[in-house]
Amino acid sequence: MSTALTATVSVDELKDIAKRVRGHIVRMVYAAQSGHPGGSLSAVELGVSLFWNHLRCDTANPAWPARDRFLLSKGHATPFYYSVLAERGFFSTELLAGFRQLGTPLQGHPSMNAAPGIEMSGGSLGQGLSFAIGHALAGRMDSLDFRCFVLMGDGELNEGQCWEAAMAVPHFGLGDRVIAMVDRNGIQNDGFADSIMKTHPADMFRGFGWKVIECDGHDMAAVDQALSEAERPDDRPRCIVAQTVKGKGVSFMENNPGFHGKAPTAEQLQQALAEIEAGL
Amino acid sequence: MSEPVSAATREAYPAGLLQLVEDGVDVVAIDADLSVSTMGYQFGEKHPNRWQTVGVAEQNMVGIAAGFAAAGKTAFIASFASFLPGRCFDQVRTSVAQPRGGLNVKLVASHGGVTVGEDGMSAQAIEDLALMTALIPFDVIVPADYEEAKQAVVAAGKTAKPAYVRTGRPKVPGLYTPEYGFEIGKASMLRAGSDVTLIACGVLVSVALKAAELLANESIGARVLNMATIKPIDREAVIAAARETGAIVTAEEHQTHGGLGTAVARVLVETTPAPIEFVGVDRYGTSGKWDQLLDYFELTPARLAQAAKDAIARKR
Repeated sequence: MSTALTATVSVDELKDIAKRVRGHIVRMVYAAQSGHPGGSLSAVELGVSLFWNHLRCDTANPAWPARDRFLLSKGHATPFYYSVLAERGFFSTELLAGFRQLGTPLQGHPSMNAAPGIEMSGGSLGQGLSFAIGHALAGRMDSLDFRCFVLMGDGELNEGQCWEAAMAVPHFGLGDRVIAMVDRNGIQNDGFADSIMKTHPADMFRGFGWKVIECDGHDMAAVDQALSEAERPDDRPRCIVAQTVKGKGVSFMENNPGFHGKAPTAEQLQQALAEIEAGL
Repeated sequence: MSEPVSAATREAYPAGLLQLVEDGVDVVAIDADLSVSTMGYQFGEKHPNRWQTVGVAEQNMVGIAAGFAAAGKTAFIASFASFLPGRCFDQVRTSVAQPRGGLNVKLVASHGGVTVGEDGMSAQAIEDLALMTALIPFDVIVPADYEEAKQAVVAAGKTAKPAYVRTGRPKVPGLYTPEYGFEIGKASMLRAGSDVTLIACGVLVSVALKAAELLANESIGARVLNMATIKPIDREAVIAAARETGAIVTAEEHQTHGGLGTAVARVLVETTPAPIEFVGVDRYGTSGKWDQLLDYFELTPARLAQAAKDAIARKR
């Protein structure tokens, strides 16, 4: 059966994939001269570990009804998302070159079903967890055991809808069907999250009845382990809070609010690619 | 033939949902802590596995419905028209209207317009049609009586696209029997006439019929069209009204901006220019009994009759 569920890929291999994904991210944002590199680079390990070792999917049959869903709630992280989908085999990496350009299916923010693997539209923050609840309830009605993995940003958690949904997941008993992941990179559009609107994602999710799994979001082995723990049945829903660095892997983007939504220059691109290759 | 049922249009919501399940549609329905008013709870009693309540959380409700629809369900959500779409317009736009050309989610918003009554201005939705007609894939429907509301819920439930159905709180006179065949986008002529056409929706349809009586007393023949579907508007019916009667009055429990009147006027200027008078609610409301509020806002037969005469006077 070709329904290639999850692969078991070594941490070293995952790291190689992560390098390629980071390379795509900076090239895409450079080519488009717009987009969001910072919050894309921070999510790479989460996405790579998930898509290669945990998410049950079949790239040859992306509409497989029982597939696990990955839902990008922080919809601006499309350079990350599209790169992961392409590297995983949902579509050709050649498509990435058209990112954000006229005629592309790869819009600046995801458009549902525009390309294989894009499960949900996004761009307006705070909506992914709610979508996951509806999807998971439908799965339960239809006796399909898929899980919904929702990736959120810490800035995104300012949105009230996140907490309407965070309250509803345990209420509906969806813990084994909805897994939340927070990319805690500490920077949002206007600056450092602690100065814009301080949040405490781990405490807040715990307060809403979730089991919180904290990890270093750039330690591939730790991320892999956190996802395995999140998959284990529990009477509480699980939320991974991954401590990450915005712009991870590119020195001048790291922890720099200026690269939330800005493209590098040609020179900066070369430096970024060299640093990614060297695995800084 | 049975007699038309006089009841609130919101009471038709669960009846329509039950009909859809009977007809084999894979329906789910969600409420946000107002199910005893939207009447959604009655569906929940019959089909608990197909009904959810999400607490006072309209934004979450919209997202959940989108998730259901993306998984193949026909998802209905219900609340008051002041909150749905008022509290969650962005969620409706991003999570329902835009994905894949429009997900299969139906908004059934009760307590539309000023006839909510005593709850006052915050509860009186007079913006919802403007908001919902601005979302590209949505059908927008304002039924005039119980039977039409039931058939509208069923008709919307049998399309694969998003729809907005506005129902009302008060008991309104029955106009239709079950033999009536409601179709999305088709106006229903309730009275013939050749001097002027009164085009109304919702509660105002009965008011328009009374206005036509007043006009008849003055030997003015008023056609009455129930334009339950605001979008897509029945262009042919509007064009015929303009050609055959030469003057138009629109009447709605909504601002005159962005609702029925605007939609009718557009057809007129595109095809058959004719004098038009707009009757609606262009100020925020206050508390009162629903029928007192119709007087307060001059949503009355006398006002419609005067508007008809004004429109007629402007004929060339």
